[in-house]
Amino acid sequence: MSVLKAEGLTKKFGKVQALKGVNLEVNEGEVFGFIGPNGAGKSTTIRILLGILQATSGKATIFGRDVWKEAVEIHKRIAYVPGDVNLWSNLTGGEVIDFFTEMRGAKLDLDRKEELIERFQLDPTKKCATYSKGNRQKVALVSAFAADADLYILDEPTSGLDPLMERVFQECVLEAKREGKSVLLSSHILSEVEKLCDTVGIIRQGEIIESGSLNDLRHLTRTTIVLETKNELSFDHLSGIHDVHKEGSTYQFQVDTEKLDEVMQYVSQAGVTKIESAPPTLEDLFMRHYEGEAGGEK
Amino acid sequence: MVKQQFLQTGRLMRLILRRDRLRLPIWLIGFLFVTIGTAALFKGLYASHEERQQMATTFDNPAVTALIGPGYGLDHYTEGAMMAHQMLAMTLLIIAVMSVLLVVRHTRSEEEEGRVELIRALPSGRLSNLTSTLLVMALTYLVLALTTGIGLYSLGIESMDLNGSMLYGAALGITGIFFAATTALFAQLAQTSKGAVGLSFLLVGLGYLIRAIGDVSNETISWFSPFGWVLGSEVYVNDYWWPIGMTLIVSLIVAAVALYLNSIRDLDAGFLPTRGGRRHATAWSRSHLGLTLRLQKTSIISWAVVIFIFGATYGSVLGDTETYFAEIEIMKEVMANQDGISMTLQFVTMVAAIMAVLSTIPVIMAINKMKKEEKRNRTEQILATAMSRYKFLGNYILVAIITSIITLGAGALGLSAAGAAVVEGDITFMELFNAIMIFLPATWVMVGLAAVFMGLGRMNGLPWLYLGFVFIVIYLGDLLQMSDAVRNLSVFEHVNSIPLEDFELIQSLVLSVIAAGLMLVGLALYRRRDVTG
Repeated sequence: MSVLKAEGLTKKFGKVQALKGVNLEVNEGEVFGFIGPNGAGKSTTIRILLGILQATSGKATIFGRDVWKEAVEIHKRIAYVPGDVNLWSNLTGGEVIDFFTEMRGAKLDLDRKEELIERFQLDPTKKCATYSKGNRQKVALVSAFAADADLYILDEPTSGLDPLMERVFQECVLEAKREGKSVLLSSHILSEVEKLCDTVGIIRQGEIIESGSLNDLRHLTRTTIVLETKNELSFDHLSGIHDVHKEGSTYQFQVDTEKLDEVMQYVSQAGVTKIESAPPTLEDLFMRHYEGEAGGEK
Repeated sequence: MVKQQFLQTGRLMRLILRRDRLRLPIWLIGFLFVTIGTAALFKGLYASHEERQQMATTFDNPAVTALIGPGYGLDHYTEGAMMAHQMLAMTLLIIAVMSVLLVVRHTRSEEEEGRVELIRALPSGRLSNLTSTLLVMALTYLVLALTTGIGLYSLGIESMDLNGSMLYGAALGITGIFFAATTALFAQLAQTSKGAVGLSFLLVGLGYLIRAIGDVSNETISWFSPFGWVLGSEVYVNDYWWPIGMTLIVSLIVAAVALYLNSIRDLDAGFLPTRGGRRHATAWSRSHLGLTLRLQKTSIISWAVVIFIFGATYGSVLGDTETYFAEIEIMKEVMANQDGISMTLQFVTMVAAIMAVLSTIPVIMAINKMKKEEKRNRTEQILATAMSRYKFLGNYILVAIITSIITLGAGALGLSAAGAAVVEGDITFMELFNAIMIFLPATWVMVGLAAVFMGLGRMNGLPWLYLGFVFIVIYLGDLLQMSDAVRNLSVFEHVNSIPLEDFELIQSLVLSVIAAGLMLVGLALYRRRDVTG
């Protein structure tokens, strides 16, 4: 069942067309990775989904409700963490967390709050003015996960966090997932997306250019293979092979996923003494799309 | 549906009150202290009817009217009439400033910092932030109106009856509400908090000037200024309440427009156009001094323009004043030893001192800007380059000094150009020009003071308090018959009043040396302290 659905979202800021028809769908219990380069329209999309910006055209619903008209009802069941959190300088972190909880209309679960503060190692008695970027981020994360939300919208939530805290964050997301909650995670940290997300959508210049489960998307990429063989190999007659490097009897190359079988049959005749294969990473996928963009623009 | 737009307004009001738990009481207590304190002092200082009547005669001239507002009931100058005449307009002006600063702080700045986004992502109405800000302001001014009214009445001064006292309070409150509403409007139009503050201050300044011009020349013009409306209530004399009601209605309309604009615009967007900037830094802004100047350029120029207009306005009133005194023979009898010209000159020195205070505001801002840079961690980026601490603070001091020359110069130019044109022969251009420029070393002492606190890295608000004190000594010193001991604490009192007194080089030199000494102390302190972020 879909929790969040966006169809053909467009947004114009004056003459600038920021979004050119974004389609998204997040299902219940799913962690959706939303990735794309700076300025691609991730935050604009998220702000439309939060009912903060009004889409120029298109339709978006969360929990089956219109994101603009019924924003307040929706917000009672979601939690949002932006990538750059600014807080009120003369309030303490603890005060801010309580304020957010109260705004959400939820009862403050003190145990849950204390547990999260403990896990994120936050000192809630300090004034927000004295927090570093990472600590301000923690305040927002604690408020979000302390809320019993059904959908978490996280816009680069781990920027400024150290690796330990990043791990705590990942645990929190996985816990939420286990409880059947949904997450929309916009991130630049591809390893994080790979670890957490079931489904991925890639946005570029205001359009979703690729979306689907990570497994599906991997089919679109290449596997890297390192081979050592007894006999010489020649790849000239094969298609779907790229970036061949030869060093002594060691070969390194990339194979299009759909040509993998054909290539393996050929090389197995050459007397393989060693083989390593690396699955395509999200980074490969990402780079393939982005490098294309950079080339296209210049 | 409509109700949804305002959801959680109450809770956001509580947030604002919590954030401003010190700020709001300080403003309120400040106003109450000055207002009720002055009224209480009037009671003792001007006990007899004759004394007050003499004050009325002294203050009944176009120049003073332009400066402090129209006088009502001058022929029967009661304590109440005196209070409304001497204090009301200037208090309204400062209340307007308070509204601008507070409303922008909770609207456009809040949006700029991304905190409105955080709140909008929670179950809260789209208009709740602006509404809660306006309601907190309304509440604050209601408290100010009531406490001022009750406070003034409780002094037990016969001419300050309950009706008049409550009206006095209401006049303060409604002015605050009016400028809160207009600032809310400008916060929708401008795209930055700086822009919103600038436009709002422009309205405040123009409003005061239009009133000044109208009060002197043609009362109809005053009705184009919100200050004119509120002063038209003739507090303690005729006690008209309808101008208060009218201002309230206009305020509600303006607030409604602001709310409407807020509802149709995108977050972070404004209605006024913005333009793209340079791709490369100019050669000038590649040095730290140049960059510091560049960052403050708009602010300095805007202040210079405003101060120039103020100078020109008061300069142009000088002609009226001179004619006025020439026509009224009685003045010579009342002020046995003074004639019209010297009365005009006395006014010139008063205006010059006030203009000097006004010009010092951007000067202190220029150096205190450093604190903000430090808070935002921009200082460390610059100190991490080959830049010494001395040079860093030194550049800010230099920018403040440059600012002082520009702003005082603008005021002096405005006053003297307009003044010399309307006053024939009796006062020269240079006399008027120097009347303001002579304050230059005194403003440098203020720079030195600010530099010391910058060196300490704490209590950077103290130079503002001191400037407030300096202003009070100038504005109320004579009126409240302050002792010399108190007056001497103000550095501006150690500046000769040109053209009544002569220019003394030694005085300017001593002040300059003190200023330089303070600056050196500031530099030495800054070298030794931690740069915090």
